[in-house]
Amino acid sequence: MSDPNPLIQIKGLRDGLLVSMGNAAWDDLRVALMEQIEARQSFFQGARVALDVGSQIFHVNELSALRDTLSERGINLWAVVSESPTTEKTAQLLGLATRISKPRPQEMVRLPAEEIGEKTALWVGRTLRSGTRIEFPGQVVVLGDVNPGAEVIADGSILIWGRVRGVAHAGANGDQAAVVCGLDLSAAQIRIAGAAAVPSERSGEVRPEKISLKDGVLQVEPWQANQS
Amino acid sequence: MGAQVVTITSGKGGVGKTTAVANLAVALAADGAKVVCIDGDIGLRNLDVVMGLENRIVYDLVDVIEGRCRLRQAMIRDKRMPELFLIPAAQTRDKSAVSPSDMVRLCNELRGEVDWVLIDSPAGIERGFKNSIAAADRVLVITNPEVSAVRDADRVIGILEAEEKGTPALILNRLNPSMVRQHDMLSADDVLDLLAIKLIGVVPEDESVIVGTNRGNPVALDPKSRAGQAFRNIARRMKGEEVPFLDLDAGGGLWARISKLGRK
Repeated sequence: MSDPNPLIQIKGLRDGLLVSMGNAAWDDLRVALMEQIEARQSFFQGARVALDVGSQIFHVNELSALRDTLSERGINLWAVVSESPTTEKTAQLLGLATRISKPRPQEMVRLPAEEIGEKTALWVGRTLRSGTRIEFPGQVVVLGDVNPGAEVIADGSILIWGRVRGVAHAGANGDQAAVVCGLDLSAAQIRIAGAAAVPSERSGEVRPEKISLKDGVLQVEPWQANQS
Repeated sequence: MGAQVVTITSGKGGVGKTTAVANLAVALAADGAKVVCIDGDIGLRNLDVVMGLENRIVYDLVDVIEGRCRLRQAMIRDKRMPELFLIPAAQTRDKSAVSPSDMVRLCNELRGEVDWVLIDSPAGIERGFKNSIAAADRVLVITNPEVSAVRDADRVIGILEAEEKGTPALILNRLNPSMVRQHDMLSADDVLDLLAIKLIGVVPEDESVIVGTNRGNPVALDPKSRAGQAFRNIARRMKGEEVPFLDLDAGGGLWARISKLGRK
């Protein structure tokens, strides 16, 4: 790899590269950019590039020339991010995106371990749809359903005030005392610590249940008011 | 007055997005509204076929976006209705030729000109889907009463909520009332129970849809088609009218009741 260039910063995004330009004359920046590209051809080959040009002002011919130059080297310029409205407009005229959608933060909450004790639980006040994954290093309470394809993974216990048809993994860190409670667990895949149970066809009425780990085996019992 | 931009999407392929777009578009246009449909499935276009307009395509969506033609030039006028237009997808490009901001700009340009913009989303949750929902004021999720389709619909609804597109409304397509009665198919209630969103229409399984699709004649134009009636009802609900639902408890409304009478 060549020396890092103070004028240009290259960062990997989820779906391509983000090239940020420093504050300098455009001619210098362009030269620096092309140098980088020439020096690391295989790295740039076929890349999707978003360009952050700061407050540089671009007009259509400059930007389209740049896009052509890049595409000759197998680089697909798809976005130009700028503080200048003129440049934004130019980019839009050329059909380039002007905003890079930031990767959505995963539904993960990381608190310092010492703050998560017996008294801390993550409150999830909605139904979890397919593709949602909640991970929490403590207890989790869900007010809503856990749909097929959704996952709740907790180091502590999980309480779901709803129907569970996805995955609930309590004691993910190995805590064998963790439990899973739910209004309807009949179609859920439940895991506690290292043990797993797939849904079995349970006959009869759907009722709230509590699942705990006893001697390495998951045990199902009714979840009732008179229980401690 | 600006147009409403409505995107129809599903996650899973083959559940009837394109058919629904074509039918809702003709139903809205038959009621006197000015409607533009956009085929968002770049590289795999087929809305033009379903609408029977494939041999009229000169310019497409990518031509508009890349400035090779004016918007007007890419709007193909329907052969039956003068107020219905199609902007076809490019067949020789792929999804990366269009960005979400391109779609927003295009739809903003259309807003002043028409009453409805209907966008036919491609299957999946990648770029083409993101393009299709970028400009939407409202999203309709369509699904079949099949477990796999419902699962994908659930995922799509989750993404739409995360993107702050609001909670979409649901079209349940190809419901077969007699199979539901025999417990061989998920019922509308089963699907709604899982997805927990507002239902905007149930379209019964109907062979005339397939015939209409192949001939490029959307069934919403056929006054005798049950599915056509269902699509016309959805179009009216989109406009905010209160239209009673088919009698789902009886397993599919009029038709079920007739067949029940027949069995007595």
